[in-house]
Amino acid sequence: MNWKNAFSTSIGKKILVGGTGLFLILFLVVHCYVNAMIFWPDEPGETGKHFTEAAAFMGGNVAIRIMEIGLFAGLIIHIVQGLLLWSQNSKRRPVRYEVSAGNNTSRWYSRSMGLLGTLILLFLILHLYHFWAPNRYGQAFDAAWREEDLYEKMVKVFSQMWVVVVYVLGCVSLAWHLMHGFFSAFQTFGLTTHRYKATIKSVGVAFSILIPLIFAAMPVYLHFIGSSGH
Amino acid sequence: MQHYNMNLTLKVWRQRSNKVKGHFESFQVKNISSEMSFLEMFDVLNEQLVAEGKDPIAFDHDCREGICGMCSMYINGRAHGPWTQNTTCQLHMREYKDGDTIVVEPWRAESFPVIRDLVVDRSAFDRIIGAGGYVSVNTGNAVDANSLPIEKQKADEAFAAASCIGCGACVAACPNASAMLFVSAKIAHLALLPQGEPERKNRAVNMIQQMDTEGFGSCTNIGACEAECPKGISLENIARLNREYVGAIFSGSNNG
Ligand code: HEM
Ligand code: SF4
Ligand code: FES
Repeated sequence: MNWKNAFSTSIGKKILVGGTGLFLILFLVVHCYVNAMIFWPDEPGETGKHFTEAAAFMGGNVAIRIMEIGLFAGLIIHIVQGLLLWSQNSKRRPVRYEVSAGNNTSRWYSRSMGLLGTLILLFLILHLYHFWAPNRYGQAFDAAWREEDLYEKMVKVFSQMWVVVVYVLGCVSLAWHLMHGFFSAFQTFGLTTHRYKATIKSVGVAFSILIPLIFAAMPVYLHFIGSSGH
Repeated sequence: MQHYNMNLTLKVWRQRSNKVKGHFESFQVKNISSEMSFLEMFDVLNEQLVAEGKDPIAFDHDCREGICGMCSMYINGRAHGPWTQNTTCQLHMREYKDGDTIVVEPWRAESFPVIRDLVVDRSAFDRIIGAGGYVSVNTGNAVDANSLPIEKQKADEAFAAASCIGCGACVAACPNASAMLFVSAKIAHLALLPQGEPERKNRAVNMIQQMDTEGFGSCTNIGACEAECPKGISLENIARLNREYVGAIFSGSNNG
């Protein structure tokens, strides 16, 4: 076995999905930490200063821009391999069962990773269109570009109710995706030994609830409180 | 528990060979005793069919005591029926009551083609074992057990993994029709023991490659296999198999 075909076996493909999945989890932590600064109380006369500073740092920093390429590569590998795995697996039982076990033997979200991932992807497209594309486009093609104030932008975007609803649904999909994905990735790397299994499971559940909850609170907060408070 | 008799409706999968399409056929069985096993109930039905001059239903069975793994039946959506850590031959009719309808299907997977009715071809498992599930040391006569000391915990884990009977319920239950639980049990059993050490790396890689060649799905850690395995084989074995595989890639197995 050499490196070339090490990733083409069934376990190899899983390692790619799991590895990139863990990398995306790491990204979520950073992303959530930076964005949560919108909840940091302002001094009188300021609006969203802490967040705006952090966002400007992330937006203008060369190292972050380089890491972003890695992030996109990881995301694309994750999506392509994940959906490939999902579609190949769905062909392994050409004649379906008349009666299926359903939730008697497994959890619905563990059987729905492809669907949940696709929902996240749909949300991501809207999300990148809102907050990533405008600034990066300007940075690349517009000589007169200066970083758009993302706090103001958030207030504007989240003043529309339908956007808030879509973002919250995106976070709900992410929560269920992680509810299986967190544990699953550790299992894929063989780290869920007898000693650590229970801990990894509990940390996974806590993470899957906490991070999406903080994310979901942002559009809701800005819709109802953020814009009127200043 | 009070013994009772019951009448049942059975919806059973009929298929003459893997070349033709199958279909469900309904049967009425009468006066089934709650003391019978599920297979004995099928014996009664088959006697009835033979008496009527019809084709009996083909189904696999051998030991009828829960150790050989032959009795593959997917019963009302559950591999080996609703009882946990149980085989079809050890499922008893006291589970059911008068008037129940029971749907019985074969193991369904691309890699387990139907031979006839409820009988499927599980020789893919034999070929996976053939690819590496063996120890090549010439052992000669049985040696004294104490001449090769094995840590108690490892011996226990290896023994638990070795209790896999190759029934294929894990494949039948898995939404991906993956054989990972079976393969992991065979690999863990040998990887934990000193006798299995010489072929350790090649074994993991070769058995996985054979598993893929046979057309089983990829494991996505859903866990339905563990829930349905009659021998309680744990998902921890799959974690071990993944470690064995990663270890084999990093340190290089010697088969190209
Ligand atoms: C920030 C976003 C995301 C995170 C943090 C994430 C995380 C994860 C993790 C940790 C796994 C488990 C990997 C394993 O079992 O080893 C996983 C699996 C999966 N992901 Fe994602 N994911 C994200 C977005 C997506 C997107 C956008 C898609 C597809 C459109 C997707 C599709 C899948 C699929 C199909 C699987 C299933 C593979 C399996 O069951 O093993 N994911 N994800
Ligand atoms: S792992 Fe369990 S379900 Fe799978 S073949 Fe072995 S005994 Fe049967
Ligand atoms: S017939 Fe042997 S296990 Fe059921």
